[in-house]
Amino acid sequence: MAVERLLKDEATEEKGDRARMASFVGAMAIADVVKTTLGPKGMDKILQSTGRGRTVTVTNDGATILKSLHIDNPAAKVLVDISKVQDDEVGDGTTSVVVLAGELLREAEKMVNAKIHPMTIIAGYRMAAECARNALLQKAMDNKQDPEKFTSDLMNIAMTTLSSKILSQDKEHFAKLAVDAVVRLKGSTNLDSIQIIKKAGGSLKDSFLDEGFILDKKIGIGQPKRIENAKILVANTAMDTDKVKIYGARVRVDSMARVAEIEGAEKEKMREKVQKIIAHGINCFVNRQLIYNFPEELFADAGILAIEHADFDGIERLALVTGGEIASTFDNPESVKLGHCKLIEEIMIGEDKLIHFSGVAMGQACTIVLRGASSHVLDEAERSLHDALCVLSQTVNDSRVLLGGGWPEMVMAKEVDELARKTPGKKAHAIEAFSRALQAIPTIIADNAGLDSAELISQLRAEHHKERTNAGIDVITGGVGDMEKLGISESFKVKQAVLLSATEASEMILRVDEIITCAPRRREDRM
Amino acid sequence: MALAFDEYGRPFIIIKEQEQKSRLRGLEAQKANISAGKAVARILRTSLGPKGMDKMLQSPDGDVTVTNDGATILEQMDVDNQIAKLMVELSRSQDYEIGDGTTGVVVMAGALLEQAEKLLERGIHPIRIAEGYEMASRIAVEHLEHISQKFEFSVSNIEPLVQTCMTTLSSKIVNRCKRMLAEIAVKAVLAVADLERKDVNLDLIKIEGKVGGKLEDTELVYGITVDKDMSHPQMPKRIEDAKIAILTCPFEPPKPKTKHKVDIDTVEKFQTLRQQEQKYFDDMVQKCKDVGATLVICQWGFDDEANHLLMHRNLPAVRWVGGVELELIAIATGGRIVPRFQELTPEKLGRAGLVREKSFGTTKDRMLYIEQCANSRAVTIFIRGGNKMIIEETKRSLHDALCVARNLIRNNSIVYGGGSAEISCSIAVEAAADRYPGIEQYAIRSFAEALDSVPMALAENSGLQPIDTLTAVKSQQIKDSNPYCGIDCNDVGMNDMQEQNVFETLIGKRQQIFLATQVVKMILKIDDVIAPSDY
Repeated sequence: MAVERLLKDEATEEKGDRARMASFVGAMAIADVVKTTLGPKGMDKILQSTGRGRTVTVTNDGATILKSLHIDNPAAKVLVDISKVQDDEVGDGTTSVVVLAGELLREAEKMVNAKIHPMTIIAGYRMAAECARNALLQKAMDNKQDPEKFTSDLMNIAMTTLSSKILSQDKEHFAKLAVDAVVRLKGSTNLDSIQIIKKAGGSLKDSFLDEGFILDKKIGIGQPKRIENAKILVANTAMDTDKVKIYGARVRVDSMARVAEIEGAEKEKMREKVQKIIAHGINCFVNRQLIYNFPEELFADAGILAIEHADFDGIERLALVTGGEIASTFDNPESVKLGHCKLIEEIMIGEDKLIHFSGVAMGQACTIVLRGASSHVLDEAERSLHDALCVLSQTVNDSRVLLGGGWPEMVMAKEVDELARKTPGKKAHAIEAFSRALQAIPTIIADNAGLDSAELISQLRAEHHKERTNAGIDVITGGVGDMEKLGISESFKVKQAVLLSATEASEMILRVDEIITCAPRRREDRM
Repeated sequence: MALAFDEYGRPFIIIKEQEQKSRLRGLEAQKANISAGKAVARILRTSLGPKGMDKMLQSPDGDVTVTNDGATILEQMDVDNQIAKLMVELSRSQDYEIGDGTTGVVVMAGALLEQAEKLLERGIHPIRIAEGYEMASRIAVEHLEHISQKFEFSVSNIEPLVQTCMTTLSSKIVNRCKRMLAEIAVKAVLAVADLERKDVNLDLIKIEGKVGGKLEDTELVYGITVDKDMSHPQMPKRIEDAKIAILTCPFEPPKPKTKHKVDIDTVEKFQTLRQQEQKYFDDMVQKCKDVGATLVICQWGFDDEANHLLMHRNLPAVRWVGGVELELIAIATGGRIVPRFQELTPEKLGRAGLVREKSFGTTKDRMLYIEQCANSRAVTIFIRGGNKMIIEETKRSLHDALCVARNLIRNNSIVYGGGSAEISCSIAVEAAADRYPGIEQYAIRSFAEALDSVPMALAENSGLQPIDTLTAVKSQQIKDSNPYCGIDCNDVGMNDMQEQNVFETLIGKRQQIFLATQVVKMILKIDDVIAPSDY
């Protein structure tokens, strides 16, 4: 009697070695996809969406690449997931985390083939990860007390992050932009108050940081184009026809005259509302919703600048930076907090007119205007800048810094190697493998830069056997260089997150010995 | 074979559309059922114990789950076979009742079925096997109670509880920080436990997870966390000594359920209606303010105007809070859920020492913490982890640990783990078998052998020689008459589970044996399977 079918049609089940193989292969394939983007000489990828318009994205941001892939392999999904989390949590290192996890699994595959039990491998990996983390902790530098050095640290981190991106040509310029913007935040990680506006045209070099706030809107016709000492009311209210909100209300009339009367009353109501708003003593009114022609005209008459249809984020930011509150009722003008700024004016960037608020009450906010040749360049520039901003803001909170260019990996590898020598039993193999996986990262960086990786890595390793070395890969000259002198730094928090998430993910994939895939849910054909 | 003939030799049909049904009868049906049950058990067998492996499950929507929790694996497996479904039910009922040992119960049932198959081949009637199993299970449970130990703990001495939770957690992926999680679980359970009544309402423990950070950042919050933020971005982010109004009515004009129309036909009516509307909003906010609330938590949304009025009057508010969370907040803060503004009174407000908003990572994720509540009988375990799957798995593992702690509070008897209880029962059942006259004796002996399969699987998963290890432990148990010898899964070098501090709850083990026996009895009694054949 044959074994009855247990699962539903189309559901598949893979067991033991086959399941392990499937997840190793899937995870390594994903790691290989993003591998070539690692490091300052990493290449970009073009992503074309299958949706309408076939939009094209050019990027070398690991998280962005992986997000847009359609993946069927469950193990690969785990890796995509960790890269996404890395992006959310620290913002950078999205490629490294996937590559490291991939390398760990590649090593694990060899060990499984050599008949070492996955649980032994996991135990070894855990010990190694713990040891590597301690090594990092010891070597991390903290310059919080020395503001000058700290700023230079920040600059270095920003430059290191940006050097692998499209902005690398002007990395100094952008690093300065990012550092300036983050320093203004004074320790908060809320990146909301840094606004990034993209305008095609000009070159990347023309991008600039503006201390005020820029709203991508036009000023209504016939209204003042420049206001000094502005008092701003930020509102979220309907300025078309104020609907009656009581449920079930409707207008029922029996003659044309009545219609006219009610229309008049409506108009009167709007006029009253506008009057109330004007009574706040403002000279600028920003609303999230539409402003119809009639109230706009009234505002123009009163000499008030009225800006309609600012998006939700814009309104929140504006309220934040000008110190006003977002109002929806206007009956008590004396208790509504108004926003203030020194100057509102219309400025031109390229061919577009924008509204510029300068001298705002809160110094934290700022706007970065990105210029670039095409929308793809701009998008990528925004992503890169976002990475840099995230890393910087995290570093401001946790000011521990490491050197870059493969230095931390080599430091960890050395410590882990030593641990392997001390550990008895099969675990030692796993610990050794962990160190090999760590060394794979500088190898890949060197490979991507077209350097002789085998030669470089062995030099590095020799260098690292001396005490207190700062040696790392100098991609520009193609040799081993002093990272401290070159000013290549990375944030401790990012490296730690890479190490821990990659270990966690590879552990999770290693523990699996069976994959059960349910039949895909049937969808109605929409075509 | 399913044809019947009347007295004239003409065939007639008993079952409707007989040709389209596939049918199995007699021994064949039993064997098919047994093989299905065994197949399910085989899948779970490798997940048993601290060195058990995980399964990766992909749902119909492509979501991936990685787990080694028996109940979860079976539930998501999309099983089609009827008998296999019974096994799924079996694991689920263990989950509902005890919360832990969901894998063990299925492995046990699988082993019993395997033994039954051998007996069937010898020609023993299935009912006799079932009865023998029933007797054996009674012997085993009696013996369990005999070897169980009372287990003393108090609110000040939680160490024993922590040890037991650690045994449960050691088989999960979170075993890296099992000590910490076990402590969290025990503290959470003790916070909500009613020690006099010996009961714990696990609903009062909320488990929340947020991706990011590391497992070590997991914390126990004596209060409630809500995955929401203040309705207006400019409301205060920190409120001390909050008086909370918990509302289930929206800050919107009333919408009577009866159909109605308000006709506007004159200018006056238009204007009065407008004023009424304004007054209505004003009244609502004023009422909350009047009773002295400093925070409004509402199940529904707010109108923009109401939102601003609240902001304006300095009354922070949270909108769209789910029903379950609302209830928990009410329990924790000692407030009452108020369905209408008219019924708002100062006594119905909840109190909390501190309400604060906390943001995470680089995205705009915010959570609201309500802490230092008037009634700290509701707690939240807030899990952080590298990715979604880790968090989900941690949630499941913690649930198991919570259940174990609860079971211990209900009944503080324990048995020792690591397969020692099974081995000891097996010896007892084996010895008792000879005293029974009749065919049942064989079934009882088979039961003893089936009991051995759990420690066997444990040893196998830990990379030990299963038969070698089992026989060694068994002989040691008899020689030293020490029922606490088990399989040394963690390679510590000794196998006395009492010294290794590996415990399981008595009710959990008892339930495993009872449930597994019951299901196996049920499966053995089936002798005819009628199913619509494939089309």
